[in-house]
Amino acid sequence: MESNYISISYEQLVLAALLILINITLSWVLRLGLSQSLWLASLRMVVQLLLVGYVLQWLFTLRNPGAILAIALGMTAIAGTSAVNRSRRRFRNVYWNSFVSILASSFLVTSLAVLAIIRIEPWYDPQYLIPLLGMILGNAVTGISLALDRFMEDLVSQREKVEALLAVGATRWEAARGTVKEAIRAGMIPTINSMMVMGLVSLPGMMTGQILAGASPIDAVRYQIVIMFAIASGTALGTMGIVMLAFRALFSQKHCLRLERLRLVK
Amino acid sequence: MNDPLLLVEGLGRKVEHRWLWRKVDLRLYPGDRMAAIGPSGSGKSLLLRTLAGLDPIQEGQITFQQQSLQKWFMPHYRARAIYLHQRPSLLEGTVESNLQDVYQLSVHRKRSYDRQKILNYLELLGRSDNFLERPSTTLSGGEAQIVAFLRAVQLSPLILLLDEPTASLDAETAHRLEKLVEMWQSEEPNRAYLWTSHDREQLKRVTDYQLTLGETLSGE
Repeated sequence: MESNYISISYEQLVLAALLILINITLSWVLRLGLSQSLWLASLRMVVQLLLVGYVLQWLFTLRNPGAILAIALGMTAIAGTSAVNRSRRRFRNVYWNSFVSILASSFLVTSLAVLAIIRIEPWYDPQYLIPLLGMILGNAVTGISLALDRFMEDLVSQREKVEALLAVGATRWEAARGTVKEAIRAGMIPTINSMMVMGLVSLPGMMTGQILAGASPIDAVRYQIVIMFAIASGTALGTMGIVMLAFRALFSQKHCLRLERLRLVK
Repeated sequence: MNDPLLLVEGLGRKVEHRWLWRKVDLRLYPGDRMAAIGPSGSGKSLLLRTLAGLDPIQEGQITFQQQSLQKWFMPHYRARAIYLHQRPSLLEGTVESNLQDVYQLSVHRKRSYDRQKILNYLELLGRSDNFLERPSTTLSGGEAQIVAFLRAVQLSPLILLLDEPTASLDAETAHRLEKLVEMWQSEEPNRAYLWTSHDREQLKRVTDYQLTLGETLSGE
């Protein structure tokens, strides 16, 4: 790719790092007690990104579909785990369920984007596949963790309502439907909100990056549109998947609500 | 003698590895008015919940109308044997919408809401028609208990599992609710119920048999 952007040198990185001094000074003057976290967060951000830069640099030279798939699976596993880690409750196989939902949804949507929409040759070209998958995963994690958390918390707090319905003859699905709907809604809200204000309030990072790197804004916007649709459908599928799996785990075949299968962590 | 409606054999319930009660046997025959008694924490609610199939059976057997609970499609069973929670919980909306909404459940879809029947019940409870328009959020605990009760009774269950149904009612309303249960049962004499309460006088009035939970486990 012919580049027409300014490379950033290490000296320039150091200059940028000086900006954090503004935060640290503020924290010190106002006694916010944030200095330590700010140092740590800055350090982590720099180290993680530099490492990822090198990893991606290496990754983009790979031409082996197996290796690239393995890396994609690894990313998915991390995403599946962190979606669960945000919530306070666990049930058996919750990690596995989260992994299955996120795997099915994001792989399906990513392959549609790669094969049918952007039509990348070869399909495993990591320069496209990995960032695309990454963005879809990142958003699906948010949706899944919000929906899962909402579903479990609502079942606990609305237990009596759900059981009152079961007691007069509701099937487990009839008793849970309201809770399921609310959970899926909760998972979808961030995606819908971000689509609503996209371009007006927020300029998405990916698009900004492409423009900085010299792509024409028209092209960058088109990529962004494709990505947003992929993100929205991936999040919707993942959110629905995890809620349905959690529903199956927490309601028995005999139409009982089995809250004892939930345990609190921390 | 005809067969029992509900046959319970060797039922046991443990909470965190400790058996709360075991070897509970009971037979509820058509027309029976049975009390379940025992000190607080003896697991009376848990017994009713287990009988309603809301908690899994950990030990023993429950048979309803000669068929094991394992074989019943639970919504069908629960439409016939309704459990009333100690603390009732209503959906958002008016009293009437709470009463109507249960008819949207697939097991009850063939029936329809009978306003006149509800008004008759309400009269018996000393409430006027506009009670039906009240939003469920404005009801007192006792009033909510009445709505939950009407919601169940209008579905003509064969068995009622009443978990301290009058605990949050004043004496007057409690009395009227007893009358209502009596009326429900007299509509079809093979209906039966199991009632828990801390009020011994009440249990004397409304029940004929006792099942005691606690230190000594015995049936009937």
